[in-house]
Amino acid sequence: MIKNISNLGDSAVYCDFGPEVNETVNSNVIDYFNHLTNLVKEEKIQGINNLIPSYNKLIISFDLTITNFLKLKENIQNLKIIKNLKKNNKKIKIPVCCDEKYGLDFHRLSKKLNLSKDEILKFYFDKEYFCYMTGFIAGMPFLGNVNEKIRCNRLETPRVKVPEGSIGITEQFANIYAFESPGGWNIIGNTPKKIFQKSNPEEPALIKPGDKVIFYQISKHEYLKFND
Amino acid sequence: MTDTYFEILRPGINTTIQDGGRYHLYHIGITVSGAIDQRNYKLANYIVNNKLSEAVIEFAYQGPLLKLKNGKINFAITGDIFFNIIRNNSKIEKGKCYQNYSLNDGEQIDVVSTKKSVYGYLSVSGGFELKETWKSYSINTKAQIGPNDGNKYSINEKIFIKKSIIENIKDRQIDYKDSFNNIVRAIKGTNFDYFSDEAKNIFFNEAYSVTRLTDRMGMRLDGPNLENTVNTNIKSEGLIRGVIQVPADGKPIILLSDHGTIGGYPKIATVISADLDKVAQLSPGMKIKFKEVNLEEAEKLFKDYTEETNKYLNEHS
Repeated sequence: MIKNISNLGDSAVYCDFGPEVNETVNSNVIDYFNHLTNLVKEEKIQGINNLIPSYNKLIISFDLTITNFLKLKENIQNLKIIKNLKKNNKKIKIPVCCDEKYGLDFHRLSKKLNLSKDEILKFYFDKEYFCYMTGFIAGMPFLGNVNEKIRCNRLETPRVKVPEGSIGITEQFANIYAFESPGGWNIIGNTPKKIFQKSNPEEPALIKPGDKVIFYQISKHEYLKFND
Repeated sequence: MTDTYFEILRPGINTTIQDGGRYHLYHIGITVSGAIDQRNYKLANYIVNNKLSEAVIEFAYQGPLLKLKNGKINFAITGDIFFNIIRNNSKIEKGKCYQNYSLNDGEQIDVVSTKKSVYGYLSVSGGFELKETWKSYSINTKAQIGPNDGNKYSINEKIFIKKSIIENIKDRQIDYKDSFNNIVRAIKGTNFDYFSDEAKNIFFNEAYSVTRLTDRMGMRLDGPNLENTVNTNIKSEGLIRGVIQVPADGKPIILLSDHGTIGGYPKIATVISADLDKVAQLSPGMKIKFKEVNLEEAEKLFKDYTEETNKYLNEHS
């Protein structure tokens, strides 16, 4: 449930679900997000122009010519949220090639974690991930939780360019770089699968908040043939 | 399809198509984009008798050199811009902003540069012939979304113009007075208490200057360091236009129209909606001071801002 509602500037509502980051808290955020998304679509609530769910927050930005903070706050406080209203979250399989050409940071990770590359991969792939949020750049999913044995800080000096499709890990999270972008996550592989497709206007982002993700390993040969 | 178009003889530094912005997509990481100075964008449309939501050309610093092909149009330029119209008899006519001009086949618009600001707008009567992406014509260069495959314009490219009946255009101009001052009003941020008492005091009293590390995503400021006494990282969370983040280096960054949708730096404050257009127009080297206002004042100031915009829009109607 929402622990605190405050204003972010004059045109956004900041809903804080508490300091913890786990699936239960995030599922609460996503329940609110789904509920409000439906209200906006059905035009049962006025003025909202964006909803941004994250680990433990929901930010609701609105058009100040139509509504204001106090009106929306009251609306949100009185919402009766039905849990898991939209059971349309998907399970998505993502192929990953961890060849040395794509897994840029195994050397660093092995040293920091005192594990071999094979051990790191075993811990990484042996798991189903949960999408806490999507964003920063278009389509980038923030997935958790990475096995405790392979948690590691981000790079001391971030890369200026992380290649598109790179799979990165930092602390308890994993992500996929939907575009070439600057970034400081430890890169363990690359997926040939398109994570963001503007040619699919209905669902441009493959992975959305609340979705589950299963990674599986492919060879370099399979990687190169994937989009043929 | 029409065959009237602008041929780009010089693209300028950052020439894109923009409109009111692209909404309802933050949750998948697509930022709002849109004209960075919304008032000047609307005024540009008003002067050529367009609906205010029509897409326009936005340029920054040095603008484009455009040659009109296969038609006759009306156009207007808004902002603080130095531009010329190169007529068919080779005569160069000095352009005046906020005024409706007609342009004949083969004539050129040379947007030489912005003056004491960064962005300007070029509208044509009837609007441009473009493909909509998620209910907006804005070009988002980071995600490569929008017209021109989401890229800024390059030399020799064409921008097509819709057919319009130019005889019906009223002769419009606006007596626009830019009430520039260097005070940027802001509301305390959700992490305001992460900062030391001294930093809080500095933030709302000392001057900050705009650095060259400024684009449509954000504006990095330089000035006294803001000491964070709690944590220089927060759990990544949503962002909106106008948020002022302070990374570990203690220097504030103001988020603008193409900002990332999620970020993990503490938020010291948020620029009020009424001042967003003004902030976007600040050029490197300019000095600003933040002034704290509360939510009620911010809402009142936004009402004033909207009324002032509407006053210009109703001036001649």
